[in-house]
Amino acid sequence: MDSAVVRDTSYALVHAPSLLVHMGTTQTVEREANPDSEYLRNITSHLRSYESCVAYPPNQTYIGNMTPVELAAIERPWFERPVENARRYSAAGQIMPEDEFYAWMKIVDSFNLVLLEDSFTSDVAKRMAESSPIWQDGDAARLGAGVPAEEISKHLDGGKASAKAEPLYLGDRLVGCVKAAHERDRALTAHVMTENLAVKASGVVALRHLIARGSVSAADVDYIIECSEEACGDMNQRGGGNFAKAVGEMAGCVNATGSDVRGFCAAPAHSMVMAASLVQAGVYRNVVVLAGGATAKLGMNGRDHAKKGMPLLEDVLGAFAILVSANDGVSPVIRTDAVGRHKIGSGSSPQAVMTSIVLDPLERVGLRISDVQRYSAEMQNPEITESAGAGDVPKSNMKMIAALAVKKGEIERTAIDSFVGEHGLVGFAPTQGHIPSGVPSIGFLRDEIMAGRMERAQIIGKGSLFLGRMTNLFDGVSFLLEANPGKPTAPDGAEDRLRKIMADALREVAKSLTDDEGGASECQIRQGRS
Amino acid sequence: MDLENQARVKELAEKYGPENVVVVIGGAEAEASGLTAETVTAGDPTYAGPLAGVQLGLSVWHIVEDELKQEIDPAVYEDQVSMMEMVLDVDAIKQEVSSIRQQYSKY
Repeated sequence: MDSAVVRDTSYALVHAPSLLVHMGTTQTVEREANPDSEYLRNITSHLRSYESCVAYPPNQTYIGNMTPVELAAIERPWFERPVENARRYSAAGQIMPEDEFYAWMKIVDSFNLVLLEDSFTSDVAKRMAESSPIWQDGDAARLGAGVPAEEISKHLDGGKASAKAEPLYLGDRLVGCVKAAHERDRALTAHVMTENLAVKASGVVALRHLIARGSVSAADVDYIIECSEEACGDMNQRGGGNFAKAVGEMAGCVNATGSDVRGFCAAPAHSMVMAASLVQAGVYRNVVVLAGGATAKLGMNGRDHAKKGMPLLEDVLGAFAILVSANDGVSPVIRTDAVGRHKIGSGSSPQAVMTSIVLDPLERVGLRISDVQRYSAEMQNPEITESAGAGDVPKSNMKMIAALAVKKGEIERTAIDSFVGEHGLVGFAPTQGHIPSGVPSIGFLRDEIMAGRMERAQIIGKGSLFLGRMTNLFDGVSFLLEANPGKPTAPDGAEDRLRKIMADALREVAKSLTDDEGGASECQIRQGRS
Repeated sequence: MDLENQARVKELAEKYGPENVVVVIGGAEAEASGLTAETVTAGDPTYAGPLAGVQLGLSVWHIVEDELKQEIDPAVYEDQVSMMEMVLDVDAIKQEVSSIRQQYSKY
């Protein structure tokens, strides 16, 4: 069976400072428990402008305008070193402003739950129709003309608390709301619908960018795997799904079906392995793995950032889409014979986890740790995590991998730091759970492998399953991305000769079926007579 | 320290007696390990969890501290912890946790 390849990638961010204030769980919990807190009183003074968000070096890295290697060369703090002439768009995606994102939430809204104010709508619609590379026929009609401000206010006032709409602000300005999808169903409250529509809208943005790149047409996508961290469904099946088809519908993937895969931050890695397997088995030719962003995680460590006088750096929703296709003979292959997995019986010590995810799959195919040029594990931006007491996550992972190399006798203990520098990547992804977990580097790694600058990378996704309170088990999955050796080509004329032999053989079989009595094969007749 | 874990530690100390409980920390950072040690001895310094204002004074150790390491089968330690010993700033962790223990542990 031929290997599957990573054919293309897209990456998008959405600047969402108002959603941070109103939808991020750190803020909503604080508002419930301590509504007059200093943090909430001063929160807006810590929010970044859209321009600052676009010029933030890790964000430029996420959408592919900079490489992680270039980012590592910039001295920290990065938020004090804006990229000059930073661009909103890249070849792989964009950093979208919040007002346009609200319009996308409306465009992808299939149940008329999103109401946007009319003057706001007309302003944004005009700009998007003129400049958005992912704007399509029909988007204007889906967006509509908006509603008067009074109608929005009506949905925000009165009624049962559970049926109240969720306001959509741009700073202090109320520009819309998301209505509850059911009067009593707690899986369909306005808050949940806002979360889910944000996942869907950001997923659509990423998928449309992927298709706009031209590697695959929307109609040629066979299957979509959505791997974010939200659940859509109703009270009878809270996580019933299916974000994948909902997103594909809005990108014109008329021949695709799909499903949602969940596994906390490890879900994208699980999904990539599944996509590669489906393609390699010949079930589908083009599978898109994608995810939208999590409003709940906006400003998750905001208190720590504010306390340290930093801007609230967790002000973006992350999204990505990765095209896994049948072997084109050029794109990097996904080695399904070197998939790493944290087994139920692996144990939960970091040593056991890293051995099962990193070392075991390499040894299985006869590779050493140092044979992998780059590792991409949990690519959280360290500027976000260090200030919240969680350290530099990608660097910690790389140190563990280097320590494993010491234990295997591949390197000296004194070489750990240099090994980390040579084989690791600096973190640049927003702390959106599933977003940082390995996959943000795939675009960069694909480019490096295609350019012949490296041969092999290991992508590692890890998940903290205990958060769901169903198990204390840890989780982790890895796979190898490797230079494509090229499609094996048959010697001149060999393919034609093979086709002729097969055709002759089939003709013989057909002839024997019609010649023999009752259509039974010669073999069966002989057996019956013996 | 996680609020859920604070509740569990408090419950165990009440059930078995604080003199019979030893807390073993596996934190990767000196500062975070110190905060955990402080929480189970002097009380939750963030005043957010069930141990806010509760001075349990428990015996608290980090897994990389020599006294605790000696109590563990070397083969098991090698298999489970030795890799992390290479990764962590062991000296900083030892100093932070032992300093908290000396100040606040009653057992």
